[in-house]
Amino acid sequence: MPRGFCKMAAFVGLCAVAGLLGIAAVAIVAGRWSWGSIVVYGASLLVSLAGLCGALWHLLTGAAPETLNLGIGLPGIGANFRLDALASFFLIVANLGGASASLYGLGYGRHEPAPLRVLPFFPAYLAGMNLVVLADDAFSFLVAWEFMSLSSWALVLANHRAPENVRAGYVYLVMATFGTLALLLAFGVMAGPEGGYAFASMRAHHPAPFTGAMVLLLALVGAGSKAGLVPLHVWLPLAHPAAPSHVSALMSGVMTKVAIYGFIRIVFDLIGEPVWWTSLIVLAVAAITAVIGILYALMQNDLKRLLAYSTVENVGIVFIGLGLALAFRASHMGLPAALALTAALFHILNHSVFKSLLFFGAGAVLTATGERNMEHLGGLIHRMPKTAAAFLIGCGAISALPPLNGFVSEWLTFQAILVGPGVPQWGLRFMIPTVGALLALSAALAAACFVKAYGVVFLGRPRTPQAETAQEVDRFSLAAMFILAALCFIAGVLPGLFIDMLSPVVADLVGARMPAQTFLPWASIVPIAQSRSSYNGLLILLFLAVSGTLAAMFIHRYATRATRRSDIWDCGYPDPTPAAQYTSSSFAMPIRRVFGSTVFMVREKVDMPRPGESRASHFHVKVLDPAWHYLYGPSVRAVMRVAVALNQLQFLTIRSYLSLVFATLVLLLLVVAAWR
Amino acid sequence: MALIPDLVVDLIAQAAQMLLVLALAPLVLGFTRKIKARLLRRIGAPLWQPYIDLWKLLHKDAVLAHNASWLYRIAPYFVFAATWVAAALVPTYAANLMFSWSADLIAIVALLATGRFALALAGMDVGTAFGGIGSSREMMIASLAEPAMLLVVFSVALIAGTTQLSSIATTFATASVGLRVSLGLAMFAFVFVAIAENARIPIDNPATHLELTMVHEAMVLEYSGRHLAMIEAATALKLMLYFSLLACLFLPFGMATTDKDWAALGIGVSSYLLKIFVMAALLPIGETAVAKMRVFRYPIFLGGAFAAGALAVFLLFVSRSF
Repeated sequence: MPRGFCKMAAFVGLCAVAGLLGIAAVAIVAGRWSWGSIVVYGASLLVSLAGLCGALWHLLTGAAPETLNLGIGLPGIGANFRLDALASFFLIVANLGGASASLYGLGYGRHEPAPLRVLPFFPAYLAGMNLVVLADDAFSFLVAWEFMSLSSWALVLANHRAPENVRAGYVYLVMATFGTLALLLAFGVMAGPEGGYAFASMRAHHPAPFTGAMVLLLALVGAGSKAGLVPLHVWLPLAHPAAPSHVSALMSGVMTKVAIYGFIRIVFDLIGEPVWWTSLIVLAVAAITAVIGILYALMQNDLKRLLAYSTVENVGIVFIGLGLALAFRASHMGLPAALALTAALFHILNHSVFKSLLFFGAGAVLTATGERNMEHLGGLIHRMPKTAAAFLIGCGAISALPPLNGFVSEWLTFQAILVGPGVPQWGLRFMIPTVGALLALSAALAAACFVKAYGVVFLGRPRTPQAETAQEVDRFSLAAMFILAALCFIAGVLPGLFIDMLSPVVADLVGARMPAQTFLPWASIVPIAQSRSSYNGLLILLFLAVSGTLAAMFIHRYATRATRRSDIWDCGYPDPTPAAQYTSSSFAMPIRRVFGSTVFMVREKVDMPRPGESRASHFHVKVLDPAWHYLYGPSVRAVMRVAVALNQLQFLTIRSYLSLVFATLVLLLLVVAAWR
Repeated sequence: MALIPDLVVDLIAQAAQMLLVLALAPLVLGFTRKIKARLLRRIGAPLWQPYIDLWKLLHKDAVLAHNASWLYRIAPYFVFAATWVAAALVPTYAANLMFSWSADLIAIVALLATGRFALALAGMDVGTAFGGIGSSREMMIASLAEPAMLLVVFSVALIAGTTQLSSIATTFATASVGLRVSLGLAMFAFVFVAIAENARIPIDNPATHLELTMVHEAMVLEYSGRHLAMIEAATALKLMLYFSLLACLFLPFGMATTDKDWAALGIGVSSYLLKIFVMAALLPIGETAVAKMRVFRYPIFLGGAFAAGALAVFLLFVSRSF
């Protein structure tokens, strides 16, 4: 192949970034026009599709890594960009999300009250995410990372008049700064005294084991705060729901993945051989994140906040896969490490698909009813049948139900856990089964959570007039949802194709790959060996379809198909008011009881009038996140106390200031003298 | 033998297993009811009463509430299909059947979860308090029982070195696995999970409609006619599945594993029937001996199962010989 042609995909990637930035600039003007949103989202859709095709082409042809150096950025280094298998996989995730969000935005964006607050930032945000993945030196990586954070922060504040959005934006900004600080330190440690900030030089000189472990922990904090690892997750359920729904989909579905990309890039690519005990920490944090995330999701009544907490859970599941891959890699177990990493990467792709789908569904509900509170919804399956069908597939996929895609990646993670007894370290031998048990718990709780979400929003009787008069959303939104729902099916039924697509990525990172899956008979997947385990989504789907249809046909042919409509029975005492239905909080009540005393800080208050009193009775539930109570509350108070103490420095006389300056100078000189 | 007859024999063996579980499931349910009735000093309905019930329900009109959606009408068939496929994938009289590799034990547990997901949604569809209470409690029980079940799966998979149910059964039936602490704990956990999943006493009472602690029956309260028949058939199949799973994992003797001549198949079928009916007799004996629990005692019951399963897995992670 000619040399110029080799660099095509990286070039396409950078062109896509430049194109998106151009659209952002145009949007500042176009936002004032009535058809500005169509121009901006249409152009973003085309550019994202081009980036998606370039990345797909690079990954599927197995092309060699491509590097580009632009003369912008730090003097002497410039800005380095590199497209390898890992970057192209994450470009696929980012641009798939970007393209579907743009398609959705074509319809959804028309309802935007203040388009100028969204339109310029949306393409800029997409460009920032692409740039993070392409960056090949610490400087451009951090600049792109901050660009991504700030543009999404602007989108979180799109509706800045709501006080809770202002708070969300503030918390987001603080946490993003904190995370970037950790990443900055991680890169600084890796660059060493020579200041080799290009990734190529970091790759060439792996740090010493202990330094490597420090870098890994800093990366875990830095990337984990962006991805939503407990206890750094607190900003996520505030900020993700505050943005417009297609941006929420990008933040939950894609930006958390870009953060995970940062972790994978640093830990699997740049620091080389990991120390085994670091995987212990990653696994513990990941398993706690998965369980806490889904338990809090279950307690939410706000649909978008529920989805945001469920993102926390899924990030935990991804990190469980990554932690297992680290553990196996530290013990030089090639195939298990490849299996665990494949599971994590596959779950990244799956989660980006179904979480975008679910946020689009939530956005459709919001457009149709103006409500995010599930207690005010209900019965939407009659008013919005198409949205309801797509949302149902998303719920099934995220609850890890076969034959959809979420099940496959969780199944692969379970298979990786079952090779766990092979690790030699005793700490890991106790950690891995614990993680397995917690993963099983979170998978089961996810099903409960999404039965609640779907059942309260789409089923039952409408609880308010808004829900009763909702209208189906536009065709663009529906198209975006149905494309993603179809992807959920395809990835669930033909997972072998996706596993093979991931195999060059995995081979680059852990030096081993899973056996090829595509041409196995009946399109089944066999992670290690046929005798050990196999799964066939296609056959399961076929069996389900055939047996269900056969049963229905048999009954309709040989028994009866007569149907009568009548009133609700409800054991003879139907209550005509929709308020008598089970609500979101009442659905979650048994689980709140079971885990309430240990995990949640539940405050329940029953206010029951005495017999004869005519006032209404009340029931208050308050669920607190212990992270706020034990971690953030005290640290905020400490910062305030220090600030108040230092505040006195503002009111000194000029003599005191001069003597302070003098004392500081003497102190510094003493330090220098002691140092030498 | 030539290739084609082999394939045909395999297909017939697989189809026979699918039809066997479907045909036997109501009989097994009738048998447990009969034993229970005799234990309570009643004569009880005849053994084939479940067949008569299903036939009668199939020929009645399905009465739907005015606001029942398409999901409500599809769910019974879906639940039936998911349970039937899961039940057909559990080896009964013979291991290594044709499609046994298409789903392993984890996938079978997940298929049951799929069925439960659909049924819990259907329970919320009409918008009654009974449906909601049933769905909510069913999902609470499932979210505690499913992890315990997966820990049981882990422990047998760690002993056999595979999650493939046929291979597990073959290993346990032929190799000298012997009595193990971990298997005992796993079986203890499995029995607890099976009781909870099948809505039997002390978790739920299958014989009642009007009791505040009811779970499964409240969820399907609005169903009638052929839809109810599908759900009842699925319930019977699920009980059958758990019996088969118990037989296949913990009592695999007699099963035809590698050679499938007539003698081996005959021994397989008769030993399978013997195991199933012994278990179907033991279940009501256990049920009449205990009282139903309050709802908020369930976590203790299922937490016990979870702890036993976790202990079994921990033991196996320490050493495969436990």
